[in-house]
Amino acid sequence: MPTSKKFMYLNRRAPYGTIYAWESLEVVLIGAAFDQEVSLMFADDGVYQLVKGSDPSEAEMKNFLATYRTLGDYGVRHMFVHQASLEARGLTQADLIEVAWEDLDTEQEVDNIVEVVDTDQAACLIAESEVVFSF
Amino acid sequence: MSIVVNGKTLETDEEGYLADISDWEPSVAETMAQQDDLELTSEHWDIINFLREYYEEYQIAPAVRVLTKAVGKKIGKDKGNSKYLYGLFPYGPGKQACRYAGLPKPTGCV
Amino acid sequence: MADLHTVNKSPFEKNSLEAAIRFSLAGSCILLIEDAVYGALRGTRVEEMVKAAMADKKVYALQSDLLARAIKDDRLIEGVGVVDYAGFVDLVETNDKVQAWL
Repeated sequence: MPTSKKFMYLNRRAPYGTIYAWESLEVVLIGAAFDQEVSLMFADDGVYQLVKGSDPSEAEMKNFLATYRTLGDYGVRHMFVHQASLEARGLTQADLIEVAWEDLDTEQEVDNIVEVVDTDQAACLIAESEVVFSF
Repeated sequence: MSIVVNGKTLETDEEGYLADISDWEPSVAETMAQQDDLELTSEHWDIINFLREYYEEYQIAPAVRVLTKAVGKKIGKDKGNSKYLYGLFPYGPGKQACRYAGLPKPTGCV
Repeated sequence: MADLHTVNKSPFEKNSLEAAIRFSLAGSCILLIEDAVYGALRGTRVEEMVKAAMADKKVYALQSDLLARAIKDDRLIEGVGVVDYAGFVDLVETNDKVQAWL
């Protein structure tokens, strides 16, 4: 019998200086094929991954900001962002992209699965995940 | 590897996917299909065009599961199943249709 | 529910130790390995942070990595546990999961 586990991808790196962010995203896309319950957490410099308007194409890098917006189609239900990490960088949720989620079978919809959480919530969410992938 | 389309030689990877997506034009798909002994119909083009729009918007080729669901929603409920898609693209809708559309090979299970 | 959090970066180079402390629940174990063992030293600017974490978490350092860096036990913050590889395995076994902070 297939069992569904709670997976969390923990992203703490800025997007374009290293390959971590894109690698994490690729693993999420692959992992989603296995019907697990998937959440993403963005903390520390990881919050920069979701900043609207980023365009690294002039730096000759793939513009994968757009790819985050399809994660809802890949079964990702939650994208948590650590509030203190945002504040430390002078950012608010208004600076971040929105990601919609829709269950095409039940037509249930969520306008935006990006959610800002405080430190205690973040620690709890990490602790209650059964598998955590760190990037 | 490479493919010759309208007299132009376009570079591909070892599996036949275009090296540079901006090389794509409709005759690329036609040429690739001819090499596979497949005649492209408007049903094939619906999928190829869908894939190109998806790539334009999200910068990746969709996984088959995502493709199937999205086709069902955007092109027609009766078409959002793997039987229909494999009927059109016998080598697999992920691989074959993405190749015709000039996209890189999809990430993950295809 | 308790997790083992491993940290392998120097706290003077990256904030991995700070993140592990901040995002771990009370009752967690934090194991310092590789360059993170510098965080177990007395008299550094991260000492207060580590001591504060030890109020409700256990902090360990891996013996082989301490030895490799000439860090003697008497230079460690009081209360930091020293574990060998077998102790590392015990920590993995007794916790629900292992969370690596890179």
